[in-house]
Amino acid sequence: MVKLAVTGAHYGLRDWLVQRITAVVMAVYLLLLAAILIASPSHDYVAWRTLFSGQWFRIASFLFFICLCWHAWIGMRNILMDYIHAASTRLLMQVLVILALLFYAVWSVDILWR
Amino acid sequence: MQRKRPKHLNLIEIKQPLSAVVSILHRVSGVLLFFPGIPILLCSLQTAMDSPQSYTEFQSFLANPLIKGSLVLALWFFLHHFCAGIRHLAMDLHYGVALEQSRMSGKLVMVMGIVLTILIGVKLW
Repeated sequence: MVKLAVTGAHYGLRDWLVQRITAVVMAVYLLLLAAILIASPSHDYVAWRTLFSGQWFRIASFLFFICLCWHAWIGMRNILMDYIHAASTRLLMQVLVILALLFYAVWSVDILWR
Repeated sequence: MQRKRPKHLNLIEIKQPLSAVVSILHRVSGVLLFFPGIPILLCSLQTAMDSPQSYTEFQSFLANPLIKGSLVLALWFFLHHFCAGIRHLAMDLHYGVALEQSRMSGKLVMVMGIVLTILIGVKLW
């Protein structure tokens, strides 16, 4: 007889770590953005547009959105696992969350590089 | 001596400890930031970047007190999530794990969320 040990899928620690790393990346980006906005002398369309025309700022913003989506995925998955007990409903909702997040990520690229 | 203690598991009847309130608000705000938070953020960003006209239209849209009010509420959700997240990170590093300290930091998170929302809200208004 084969004895199977129920040890889980081993993604718990990785997700835990990713949740924290993405949080720190987002916090740093947002604090920098706040500092830039406070320091900038004018707040109009031109200033806004100029800020987002810098390639490095675009890349940083893209990194922010990737972290946001990844962070949201782990959080939403944990919440769904805690409260939705019917496997089929949970799977459906998880798929919807993934599709929404992929859509958000592609949309952010479209906005940043248009 | 057997003491008679009330025992109920009804979530409404139990007085939740502060950490539980901070924690559930962290979850609720997280879900709301995922939806409708992210789509609203992306929509706003797109409108503000599209053209000078859409930027101006967006500005006048934000001038509506009802919209401003919702924005302040959204700001509170975000700031609570932010502060509660920092508390989480501190605890991961074993700072403030003791009961008294965790109660203090829980209170601090609640207060900072609201104070920062008022400060930024007043600045934006």
